[in-house]
Amino acid sequence: MTNSTTRTRLVPPNAAAPRVRRGGAAARRDGFWPWLFVLPLLSGIGVFYLWPIAQTAYFSFTEWGVFGGATWTGIANYTRLFADPQLYSALGNTLLYTAIVLLGIPIAVYIASLLNMPGLRFASFYRVLFFLPYVAMPTAVAMVWRIIFNGDFGILNYVLSFVGIDGPYWTSTPGFAMFAVAIVGLWSSFGFSMIILGAGLKNIPPELYEAAELDGATPWRRFRSVTVPLLTPSIFFVMIITIISSFQLFDLLYALLGSTNPILPKSMSLVYFFYSQGFVSNDKGYAAAIAMVIFVIIGIVTLLQFRLQKRWVNND
Amino acid sequence: MLNSSSGSGAFRRRGLLGLVGAIGLAALVAGCSTSPSADTASAGYTAPAKDLSAEITYGLWDQTQVAAIDANIKEFNKVYPDIKVNVNVTPWDSYWPKLQTQASSNTLPDLFWMNGPNFQTYGGAGKIEPITSEVSAGAIDPANYPQALDDLYTIDGTQYGVPKDFDTIGLWYNKAIFEKAGVDLPTASWTWDDFDSAASAISKALKKDGIYGAGGGMDGQTTYYDTIFQAGGSVISGDGKTSGYDSAASQKGISFWTDLIASGGSPTIQQLTDTPAIQWFTSGKLGMLWSGSWSRTAVAESSIAKDANVAPLPTGEKQATVIHGVSNVVAASSKNKAAAQALQVFLASKEAQQQQGDMGAVIPAFNGTQQTFVDSQPGVDLQVFIDATKYAQPYPVSKNTAAWAALETTILPDAFSGATPVADATKDLADQMNGLLAKE
Repeated sequence: MTNSTTRTRLVPPNAAAPRVRRGGAAARRDGFWPWLFVLPLLSGIGVFYLWPIAQTAYFSFTEWGVFGGATWTGIANYTRLFADPQLYSALGNTLLYTAIVLLGIPIAVYIASLLNMPGLRFASFYRVLFFLPYVAMPTAVAMVWRIIFNGDFGILNYVLSFVGIDGPYWTSTPGFAMFAVAIVGLWSSFGFSMIILGAGLKNIPPELYEAAELDGATPWRRFRSVTVPLLTPSIFFVMIITIISSFQLFDLLYALLGSTNPILPKSMSLVYFFYSQGFVSNDKGYAAAIAMVIFVIIGIVTLLQFRLQKRWVNND
Repeated sequence: MLNSSSGSGAFRRRGLLGLVGAIGLAALVAGCSTSPSADTASAGYTAPAKDLSAEITYGLWDQTQVAAIDANIKEFNKVYPDIKVNVNVTPWDSYWPKLQTQASSNTLPDLFWMNGPNFQTYGGAGKIEPITSEVSAGAIDPANYPQALDDLYTIDGTQYGVPKDFDTIGLWYNKAIFEKAGVDLPTASWTWDDFDSAASAISKALKKDGIYGAGGGMDGQTTYYDTIFQAGGSVISGDGKTSGYDSAASQKGISFWTDLIASGGSPTIQQLTDTPAIQWFTSGKLGMLWSGSWSRTAVAESSIAKDANVAPLPTGEKQATVIHGVSNVVAASSKNKAAAQALQVFLASKEAQQQQGDMGAVIPAFNGTQQTFVDSQPGVDLQVFIDATKYAQPYPVSKNTAAWAALETTILPDAFSGATPVADATKDLADQMNGLLAKE
């Protein structure tokens, strides 16, 4: 913070420029020094993120043999991709998955505020309990859930049989499989959202609650009018992270359904579609085009969220 | 069980055999100290000088075989003390992506394992050194290995790999279930009809116990490739250019499984997806299992071990099974080709393969070295798998096997479940497969 006060003081009084311009002026004056400090970070990003993205973009316009040797084919990969029904089914599956996992956020808000109640005993213990699934390995999580979901011998169908429901083959019936994967996804990402939201709750000044209580607000009213509005920045952050990671759904699907599952073609996510083309069928140019489409979709969705956030996120 | 239930490759399961490997270690040190390969290596060919100094890498995917391979290398170093061999194990799931990257940058291991479905991709692209020179010098004789395995690693008359081991498919069965259902045990002369009626009879008699007659992994190698061959059909033409799925015989091979499931003789596709056939079998819920020689360990370690036995697959139009095996190949880009070939020749020898077999790692490919495997489980007729080499057909492959193999797993399940008529599914599969083959 000292930095920004120094900078403000050095700006001549007549420079009544808007804040943004002032930042730009400061950057120009500082020369290359700031760049030197971020160089280690930037070079990492450049080598491991930006360069591969550029490479992928290039290869998406080529036909790439199994052992390299890319030949330029123009937009052939993209015309083929947009005519491929598999793309739309994978997109639909990914959206369905994302929508279900997003349902975890309201639940996380509610649970986090319950855990934040003053005087709650064993709060840390509960927090650990909810967070455990997030740190568990997706493969290990999937192995356990496979046993739960098993159609003939699974725990879930056994429990359902007590209430007279003949449960389906959760992970091998096209309509159900995506729900099964999404429920596990929700369950395992829930802990992360809850911790972030819990930290956000700690930042809400207790005076606001005291004032609300003096004004006679009920607990529900306090939750709705104090907690939720002041928590919107954390909710926004959690939403962005959840959506991006949902769009990258791969390992959970792969481990839960199994690579030989006959319904896999109907239950692919976008990234699985990419994997199957690039690493199973060895069609790497086509896979690069899929990767670019995923990249652009995530970019657009994230941009949209930043646009829309002004309407509901309370940044004061 | 984690391995086989995630099931991303039937070829990997063979490794389970290696669990017995450790037992043989003590016996080996005493038994094989007679420097067996000296005569092979000095028998002409361009065998490198004994004092050749080099460091080479041997790439493979099965950790359970490493003990036997280390023993092989110890013997090899008695002949070539200055060739240092680094064994580089990469787990199955990352072995192929890694190998692809290494091939692209010409940094392949000097000697490495190859399997059937991937072989032509590498052989056709000139990434593997042919074994022609070793064969013409008499250092390797292809006649020592099952013909079908030599064929698997041959492109246009040139052989690239030396068979290391093999597996064939048999009919595992549970005697206790047969007795309980009052059905006669399978015999070597069983036909498809005998099999079908036994499967339905068991399912019907033991329905209340949740026991089914028969089942399989519903992958090509253990189930429908075998029945296609038995019906006289083919998966791919001999030249690897056209699909065989649209022939009437191949359709009969697919219908075999559709009919079995429809009759209730087998669990449904969904049941077999949620719980793999091998688990149905080892839990005593399946009368007969179509599976490979690699299932021996899983069966031997299960609670039904004392009731299990194996018979040849039933005969359709003819007797047939798929044979597959791993081979050792030398990288064309190897900087120490002489040393790598010396090791390839050594591993091809009867002594080295006998040692592999004695340590229980695998069924060795060298003819006449399989007795240890046959004797490994008294009471189970494992000779079935060895005799099967007489009528076995090579695993069907082309230059880009993986591309059309993915189609099989997309299209055929709908035929097995009865959702699509077999004739439509196979026609669709053949059309799409021909499209892919035309691009190879």
